Amino acid sequence: MTRIKRILLRLLTMSITLFGVAVIVFFVIRVVPGNPISMMLPPGAQEEDIARLQALYGFDRSIPEQFFIWLSGVMQGDLGTSITTHQPVLGLVLSRLPATLELSVVALFLAVFIGGFLALASTRMRGTRVEGMIDVANGMALSIPDFLWGLVLVLLFGVLWPVFHISGRISPTLDFQFQTKFYLFESVMRLRFDIWLDLVSHMFLPALALAIPLAAIIAQLLKQSLKETMHLDYVTLSRTKGYGENHVIIQEALPNAILPTLTLVGVQFTFLIGGTVIIERLFSYEGLGNMAIDAVINRDLPLIQGIVILFALIFTIVNLAVDLTYAALNPKLRHG
Amino acid sequence: MNILSRRSLLKVSTASLMLSAMPLPILAQEIEELVIAYNVNLPSWNPTIGVSAVNPTIQGIYQSVFDLFIAQNTDLSQTAGLLTDWGWNDDKTKIFMAVREGVVWHDGSPFTAEDVVWSLERAADPEGGNPIQFIWSTIGNFQIDGNTITGDVLRFEPTIFKWMSFLTGYVLPKAYIEKVGLDGFEKSPIGTGPYMVEKYERNAFVRLKANDNYWGGTPEFKSVTIKFITDATARVAEVESGSSHVTLEMTYEEYDRLKSGKLMGTSAPISDIGMIFFNDIEAMNDPNVRKAAVMAVNKNAIVERLLSGYGIPIDTLQAPEYVAYDASVSTPYNPEGAKELLAKSGFSIDNPVRFTIQTTRGFKPKDYEIIQAIVGLWRKVGIEAEIEVYEVAKHYELRASDKLAPAAFYNWGNSIGDPTTSTGFAMFGPTPHSVWDGEDLTNMIAPLWGEANEAKRIEGWKSVDNYIAENALVLPLFQYVQPILHAKGVNVVQHASGALLPHLMTRN
Repeated sequence: MTRIKRILLRLLTMSITLFGVAVIVFFVIRVVPGNPISMMLPPGAQEEDIARLQALYGFDRSIPEQFFIWLSGVMQGDLGTSITTHQPVLGLVLSRLPATLELSVVALFLAVFIGGFLALASTRMRGTRVEGMIDVANGMALSIPDFLWGLVLVLLFGVLWPVFHISGRISPTLDFQFQTKFYLFESVMRLRFDIWLDLVSHMFLPALALAIPLAAIIAQLLKQSLKETMHLDYVTLSRTKGYGENHVIIQEALPNAILPTLTLVGVQFTFLIGGTVIIERLFSYEGLGNMAIDAVINRDLPLIQGIVILFALIFTIVNLAVDLTYAALNPKLRHG
Repeated sequence: MNILSRRSLLKVSTASLMLSAMPLPILAQEIEELVIAYNVNLPSWNPTIGVSAVNPTIQGIYQSVFDLFIAQNTDLSQTAGLLTDWGWNDDKTKIFMAVREGVVWHDGSPFTAEDVVWSLERAADPEGGNPIQFIWSTIGNFQIDGNTITGDVLRFEPTIFKWMSFLTGYVLPKAYIEKVGLDGFEKSPIGTGPYMVEKYERNAFVRLKANDNYWGGTPEFKSVTIKFITDATARVAEVESGSSHVTLEMTYEEYDRLKSGKLMGTSAPISDIGMIFFNDIEAMNDPNVRKAAVMAVNKNAIVERLLSGYGIPIDTLQAPEYVAYDASVSTPYNPEGAKELLAKSGFSIDNPVRFTIQTTRGFKPKDYEIIQAIVGLWRKVGIEAEIEVYEVAKHYELRASDKLAPAAFYNWGNSIGDPTTSTGFAMFGPTPHSVWDGEDLTNMIAPLWGEANEAKRIEGWKSVDNYIAENALVLPLFQYVQPILHAKGVNVVQHASGALLPHLMTRN
């Protein structure tokens, strides 16, 4: 099968997955108890008031009918209108997506940096007390979930030593007109490093909370891969050639050992985006995750649907990208 | 002698640069810009339609930007606002309203009687999406004569003017909304309130600027930032670190821990009560069971031990600040009496009456723990209740469809303090908010909806409350006390509605 055929097949699978997600989310959130109309009923509302509100928001139609109306809108790029904000869902989710993507990417970089450093250090110091300490730290990082790391970071760097912001994405007092919603990227492009520093000061703790568990996974896997690679003949050969240990690890062993880690990073990135839901809430970060929780609390059905579809789209795209990257890097897959 | 190496110098310089770039906690500075860590997000700037319009927790933000038709004092009593006078004619077939002169909208345009009429007509439009439309549609056919508005009473509603200080009772700018549309208004809202919206980042913050032309006087803090921080731990961390000056809705333990340190605390009763609905199904059809369920609950102990004293036990659905509060109605704690009543119906500790009680968990402070304690108290007299935890959204749905369990915990707000919006809507069977369908109670309440004589109306509601207490048709528990943590540099004045209003705050 050619690469193009493979990609087309994956795109078809993606479409089926997205349709399945759309069907499930649409029906499930309508079946679970708690509908938005009953939440907005004021004291004293009568049956006719309920009927009027249901008609106003389109809940007077049957669920399949509602689904097909929504689906036809989605096909035309209209995800409906949010019940709580009265704004188009597409605009709302797209306005939040950049914040979540920036946070996730920064968290991923942090995780790769921390995890990679720990794996290399552990390999370099194998057999010493440092390796043991790194293993213990890894175990702790793995066993504590990201939101607990978030709480610890809030207490440490928000209260005891308040050097970082613990809420929001940017200081309310800063008057800077962004042209895009990718604030971090834009601040660098426009050489506004004061703004960049403010953004980083807001983003650092939530990103670190997200990164710590992933860093531990990366460190563990990369260390294991390096350990296996270090025993291979070509590594021994490079040692006999007189290369130093740092060179052997970084230049010789790492390129081969990194492949499984790369796949894992790609897969874990989707989980990392999922983790932003709780972390964004904890740090009042104005991303998709924070919006998702509000949407659920308010039973804002069109918004929930929009966010879930967008998350599903991101997951499938990331998975596709990981598969393609892996295929490109792995000679066995590259040649079929 | 230590010599500073190049590497050390670089390290120190970098660290200094990083630290100097980080913001200093504002606790250490003079409070110029007030920062409030708010417990909910503001989903929409339109205070008259959708879920936000009937969400009591965000009314404080709305009231900072928009004015209600009729203003409200901190004790819930009404006072002259945009309307300086209001009332009915003698036979209650017409209403009149006098509009304050000299008020301007935030864009500088004059506020007029036309804005009031337009806002009322818009609120009454069945297609307009106002959830309180059924109240606003009771008046109409308005006539404007200078700054006086008259109108017809289409259906007599004794609380119509009280609603003018309640949910969706805001005056919005006619000309501005007609010019920019509702979308434009959502992006750049204006009102006549004490603060103007300067910058708004959805789910993040709103920055407000004092309205120097405010008819009620310029607020003391010229600039206020309200950060939306929905997580209680993060909110407390915000004020502890000095990043915010004021916050609300934290645990009582946190409040007690922090109020006597570097922060200050203020607490006052608000118009929100905890209660247990009784649905007239299964065991609740037995008056002995209901009365025993009420008598077996030690409200004082619950308030003291679970709410750390931040509550006031109540025996009717009226809090002491409400107009129909009657201190003479009481349902004392009497476990022995409860046992005797249950025995009359054949129940005992060994042969308990069984039913389900529903509650939220974490929606209100200690809600689940309170129900656990009540179930424990009931068990001691011969009531075995099984706890079912649900989300508040499910509660609304079950209540609207009259499918609540025999007992269900809920909190009921009533920021106008009128009996119709507490006992009335909670206990009148035909409304979707009541699950008690007893005909006797319905017949007692029905004539009070249209009662034109105010004194008679209030006395009527007091009788209803007395009847409800005597027959144990509901279990009122306590009135909530709202704790607020704040920096020492700010003085917070609480409003009995529970709304946190920055224009009432001053420098200490």
